[in-house]
Amino acid sequence: MNEAQRLVDLIPRLRRYARALAGDRSSADDLVQDTLERAWAKLHLYRRGTDLRAWLFTVMHNVHVNKVRATRSTDPLDDEMPELAQGAGQPDALMVRDLDRAIARLPAEQRAVLLLVTLEEMSYEQVARTLGIPIGTVMSRLSRAREKLRAMMTGHAAATKLKVVK
Amino acid sequence: MSLAPFTDAELQAYVDGRLDAARRAELEAWLVEHPEEAERVAAYRRLGDELRELYAPLLVEPVPPSLAALLTTRTRWRRAAAVAGWIALGGAIGGLAGWELHEARPEAAAIPEVGATMARRAAIAHATYSPEVRHPVEVGADQEAHLVAWLSKRLGAPLRTPKLDAVGYSLVGGRLLPGDNGPVAHFMYQCNRGTRITLYVRTEMAGNQETAFRYAREGNIGVFYWVDRKLGYALSSADISKEDLLRVANAVYQQLNP
Repeated sequence: MNEAQRLVDLIPRLRRYARALAGDRSSADDLVQDTLERAWAKLHLYRRGTDLRAWLFTVMHNVHVNKVRATRSTDPLDDEMPELAQGAGQPDALMVRDLDRAIARLPAEQRAVLLLVTLEEMSYEQVARTLGIPIGTVMSRLSRAREKLRAMMTGHAAATKLKVVK
Repeated sequence: MSLAPFTDAELQAYVDGRLDAARRAELEAWLVEHPEEAERVAAYRRLGDELRELYAPLLVEPVPPSLAALLTTRTRWRRAAAVAGWIALGGAIGGLAGWELHEARPEAAAIPEVGATMARRAAIAHATYSPEVRHPVEVGADQEAHLVAWLSKRLGAPLRTPKLDAVGYSLVGGRLLPGDNGPVAHFMYQCNRGTRITLYVRTEMAGNQETAFRYAREGNIGVFYWVDRKLGYALSSADISKEDLLRVANAVYQQLNP
């Protein structure tokens, strides 16, 4: 299978990651489009036989970082723990939207690690290579992202008590 | 919450099912004695499941054809990129092969500035001249040969006007503009509905290594720009979609690189 076809096959995963990374649909669409354009133009830099998915996600990561930098949008501070707005509506829909929002509130670098581990199910080594960071940093970001997400979600969904899974 | 017998990394690996069997058994035994930690681990796993569930629909959603088309209709771009590679060989970056991580380096980041500036100027020129009813160009398409000869002479480079009839646009004419590095050629095209596209061409782009197609947006104006040998091109429009503009950009590129 040639690289173009393999890239096409990776588009759904790229879209999923972009959606979770960028937060809203239109930013995600832009991100995917820019990533594919860039990847296509830079395909000669891809080393055959290496992990194409990791390479593609690296391209997306760099495009995303540049975009965030260009728009000077600031990530929530590391220690910041904003209150989630309370809203009415169907508990399930609310729950889903809140998870979406809670993820958006994670610091960008923690969010990227959590998503690659959880959605893409990458190994920690692959995450480290994809993001260009040491594996120790992967672990500490993963740990902080999970704890932060749990605090945000359980703080809100106090009614549904956590069950201990045996 | 003390995790004394286990590192935090081990706990994360356990959540992800990446802890080896022996260690996993020890950790599970320890969790039985520490319900608070067990609850935390369970919450991490549950949130992971919810997260996968939340975004799962995107995996089965049909891919918009425009996205897949980016990887099929533009095989020529690779050739453009290969040309870029040759130009870059004479430049600063020795180890071009490898990971995209090179992109993040500051010395590489400074280079696209020239292209971005060109795109901005092209967008301004487009905004200035495309609404003109009576004087959109200095020299009309009826004197195309003269237009091309004149602008080629002023820019000091052999120019050509791409024929874009196949994508629905015909030449209106062109004009000379002042640029950052000398004169700039500005060509205007129009479709039968009156929508206008302008092509901005500047010289002195030889040192620029950024030659892939790039897209910029200035206000309501979309710009595709690229570098081919010494010339920089920027194609602007305020009225058509990015995909349509891309189709025209591709046609321009193909015309100029037969």
